[in-house]
Amino acid sequence: MGVAPAEFPPPVDDASEFVGPPTDPEEDRIDVGVAIVGGGPAGLACANRLMQLLEHEPALAEKLGEVPVAVIEKGKTPGAHLLSGANMRPSAMKELFPDLPESEWPVLWKVDKDAVYLLTPKQALPLKPMPPNFRNHGNYVVSVAQLGRFLSDKAEEAGVYILSETAADKLLVEDRIVRGVRTGDKGRGKDGEPLGNFEPGSDVTAKATVLAEGTLGHLTMAAVDYFDLHGKDDQRWELGVKEVWEVPQPLDRVIHTMGWPLRKAPRWNEFGGSFIYPMGDDKVCIGFVAGLDYTDATFSVHDVLQEFKLHPFVRKILEGGKRVAWGAKTIPSGGYFAMPKHFSVPGMLMAGDNAGMVNIPELKGIHYAMHAGIYAAETIVEALKRDSINYEAYDERVRSSVIGEDLYRSRNMRQPFSRGFFVGGALASAMTITKGAFPGGHFKQEDDAENEMVLDGASKSYPKPDGKYTFDKLSSVFASGNATRDDAPNHIRIQEHVPLEIAQTWVSMCPAAVYEVPEDQLEAAQNGEGDGKVDVHVTPSNCVQCGAITAKGGRLTPPEGGDGPLYTQV
Amino acid sequence: MAGILVYALHDDEGNFNKNSQGAISEAAKLAGELGAEAAALVVGDVSDEGAQSLGAFGASKVYRAKNVPEGLAQPIVDAMAKVIQDEAFDYVLFGGGLLGFEIGAGLTARLGAGVTMEVTDVKVQDGGLVAVRPILQDSQIAEVQYVGKPGIIIGRLNAFDAVARDGGSAEVVDVDVELSPWSTKATMVTRGEQRGADVNIEDADYLVAGGRGLGKAENFELCEELAKALGGAVAATRAVVDAGWFPYAGQIGQTGKTVAPKLYLAAGISGAIQHKVGMQSSENIVAINKDPNAPIFEFCDLGIVGDLHKIMPKLTEAVKAKKGA
Amino acid sequence: MKICVLVKEVPDAAVEKRMDPNTMKLDRSGEKNLNPFDTHAIEAAMQIKEGLPEGTVQEVVAVTMGPESAVRALHKAVSLGADRSVQLTDDALAGSDVCASGYALAQVLKSEQPDLVLLGQQSDDGECYTMGAVVADHLQMPSLTQVIQIDVSDSKLRCERQAEYGYDTVEVELPAVISVGDAINEPRYPSLKAIMGAKKKQLDKLSAGDAQIEASRVGDEGSRTKVLALNPPPAKEKGTIIEDEDTNETVEKIVAWLDERKLL
Repeated sequence: MGVAPAEFPPPVDDASEFVGPPTDPEEDRIDVGVAIVGGGPAGLACANRLMQLLEHEPALAEKLGEVPVAVIEKGKTPGAHLLSGANMRPSAMKELFPDLPESEWPVLWKVDKDAVYLLTPKQALPLKPMPPNFRNHGNYVVSVAQLGRFLSDKAEEAGVYILSETAADKLLVEDRIVRGVRTGDKGRGKDGEPLGNFEPGSDVTAKATVLAEGTLGHLTMAAVDYFDLHGKDDQRWELGVKEVWEVPQPLDRVIHTMGWPLRKAPRWNEFGGSFIYPMGDDKVCIGFVAGLDYTDATFSVHDVLQEFKLHPFVRKILEGGKRVAWGAKTIPSGGYFAMPKHFSVPGMLMAGDNAGMVNIPELKGIHYAMHAGIYAAETIVEALKRDSINYEAYDERVRSSVIGEDLYRSRNMRQPFSRGFFVGGALASAMTITKGAFPGGHFKQEDDAENEMVLDGASKSYPKPDGKYTFDKLSSVFASGNATRDDAPNHIRIQEHVPLEIAQTWVSMCPAAVYEVPEDQLEAAQNGEGDGKVDVHVTPSNCVQCGAITAKGGRLTPPEGGDGPLYTQV
Repeated sequence: MAGILVYALHDDEGNFNKNSQGAISEAAKLAGELGAEAAALVVGDVSDEGAQSLGAFGASKVYRAKNVPEGLAQPIVDAMAKVIQDEAFDYVLFGGGLLGFEIGAGLTARLGAGVTMEVTDVKVQDGGLVAVRPILQDSQIAEVQYVGKPGIIIGRLNAFDAVARDGGSAEVVDVDVELSPWSTKATMVTRGEQRGADVNIEDADYLVAGGRGLGKAENFELCEELAKALGGAVAATRAVVDAGWFPYAGQIGQTGKTVAPKLYLAAGISGAIQHKVGMQSSENIVAINKDPNAPIFEFCDLGIVGDLHKIMPKLTEAVKAKKGA
Repeated sequence: MKICVLVKEVPDAAVEKRMDPNTMKLDRSGEKNLNPFDTHAIEAAMQIKEGLPEGTVQEVVAVTMGPESAVRALHKAVSLGADRSVQLTDDALAGSDVCASGYALAQVLKSEQPDLVLLGQQSDDGECYTMGAVVADHLQMPSLTQVIQIDVSDSKLRCERQAEYGYDTVEVELPAVISVGDAINEPRYPSLKAIMGAKKKQLDKLSAGDAQIEASRVGDEGSRTKVLALNPPPAKEKGTIIEDEDTNETVEKIVAWLDERKLL
């Protein structure tokens, strides 16, 4: 008998806590033309495109005032909180920078060879023919952390104000019109008390607010709630943990794997796989991605990645190498019907992962995010020229573009791709290999947090980290560049006294070891003493803001701007 | 080849500090290899015997600038610059410490000289000296050569051992120094005030640090007692500071302080990297932990797998006994 | 009164620092940030300005020597309160050691004629702890390092600084150069308005020639030290591990070990 995290919802009410009118006196408010929340591919493509258009619209540029475009980014710099595989389709870079030769793009490797393998404990069986959704020829391996820096530099050159180390806490809404955002406070102590150098946030008002927050976007969740923009299906997420390795022998192909070490039995709902991509001659990146609807409370994606590295196939690639980076992040996998029913409301537009614009069967999202950012910019300029803040035209733009078309097309890939890229590929290929015998059964479609968790043995096979080839969570958090101050207030909302199954789920799930159960309570609960509930201790300064907790019964809110990881090459 | 000039710092009673003695013996050794002389410079009211005694560490001459006040760097820059230029010294060596840094830096500007600081070792190479120093938080070691003369070497505190070199008595030469106008613009009001209350763990030679393995806040007493016996201070990990068992001022690690004491005794500390980076340069690391797999056992010099509640009280007694003996 | 604050752009603390084996210099291609100690220096300047009657401190000027990217450090300094900034930037300066850098910075400061120069005690990259004293000698001003408290009255400073022997209290006449330790204050966070306004504040770029810096005294050529080799630190010998069975025996072993190393 299991327990579902959804039975212990976090103490949070999105619509009332994170949405409200401006509170600063008018003369203290900061007025900008367009406020973009999120310095990722979507937000920065939007910023760049806006400046390109404004060059030819001097009247509008003047109307937008001293600060025509501001990007609000909670990381130390754009790119610091970006992480992805990734294979990027070139279409959006071409659309945004048509005159920039591909040789100047911030890309690492042009894909001319790729392969998919089904792993057993000792072997790697190439899947042929390769399922078509895996084919990446003509795409580029990129580090989205580097892409973010590139796009940010271009934006700054063009006159965009990049406000890094700034979190957007609250959506400013008056009369159901979005007026801007309120930035987060700085200098609060552990219990929220203002410290000596306390600096309150500011109301930033704008004619257009673009929410480009990425996966599990904070204000997007609040907006979807407040304006009732829920899509037909609940959104779902997968968690990816990634490492970058310097290796002596170059890798010659993009690799995806499925199968081992995930367990096949349907009751565990373990779906996912790995990616191993070349990053030029001397580096590779390797990551493991799994859907967050698994049911074993001891399942840990970080440890599955460590276990995965032990496979001889992987050892051959990493042998003699050195880990140089680590990170973790979630990705939305709900597909077409999980996207919000509208992408805009008066005064606001949503672009990218936070709006579910991810084509999960083909594992693509970066170029859709950028396209969406471009369309948002074009819609904004067109509307503001007419003195309107009604951005409805954006919806149609998105749905009739490759974003809408691709996602709609893949919505039909119900069986097997509705469960995602790796799942779909695994199932499709496994079905081929086993001639339909595997897997059988019916697939669950619930919200990740509604799956009941049980304590089982997923963790039994996880290796003890040796610090050179396999790593523990704490040293990995260190490798992410996370140096958040210890007396920062807790930005994670969860119920802190829950059944052991839920506590264990969080402890194992979190790649950054944020959650802990006091040893004595753990023992007691395992021995069946007491009511089976335990306390959950939170170390918020470890958090790398991957978002997994939000998918599994908690709620991540943005911590102080500047906190969190400093990704440079993931 | 005039040789190496060393600054020797003394206290109000005329006792020369260990770092200076170390620097002189190091200079004597190097000078010997170069076929040159090592000399010392002292300022203030130093007695003849006091100055001559530096000969024991290998100084052949001691330049004494009686009219130069002790305690602040710039007047000493004036004194040393004069002697270095008059006597054409090739190298200047300091035993570390605040004044050493400030005087060495002033000389760099005054004489247009190369300077290396935090030096842990000096080599003789191709007829000259090469300074060896750790860089980038001790993650690499650099070997640095000087272009032109003189070359200024500022040692890391305690880098050079004071070794008696059979030097006999040094010749004392009094020098008259004209102070630069700006050297008299700073005046010492109080020197060396002790502030017992806030013990600066960064300056302690011995640190006893407590982690989660202590079990509860009260057990920090075990650390206090042992620290007292050793003549050191108490520090803590982030986890216990978080839990309120110890003040933040004592936190060692990535988000706390970085220390490099002579002895770092870690009690009940696992040794996660966030903590390690704050103490990995300690000269001697001793760890007590009941978990044989704790990462700290990978990088300590002496590791004891056992119950700190049993070991620490007995260790404290044994240390007291040994020192009392 | 004019206060100049010397600031430096250094590799971010969270990023692993590496040396470039080809140039024997720090690899500065990664993430960069304003040297943390310099934020304390700027805060000290602001506290002095705010502590004196309005108008006493006419301006706080941030000064840096560095490549193009160092502009960001200046923007940060300005967002924290500096009124304007000066960037000394010139290819001829690349590779300058402490001697060369101190000379170059002093030349720029000479043209500003400050009453007080503040800087952070040390930088995360060079770990030299000496720049203040070098600059002061060139400027012919009194200097003090490791300062953790500054009180201003008339044209004098009363400073407290940490020395090995304890705390010194020193009176310093202005103009002076003071290096501050991180214990001196808790730097403020910049307000959003200040961050956004930073780019608009006056930023003067000077070449070596503009600052009357002789090329032969700076850069690789003008440096008076040369890094010959870079090596990893000596491999630490694996430590001795004792399993405690008889605690009395164990304790004896520990004491013997400590004694051997003259730690008692």
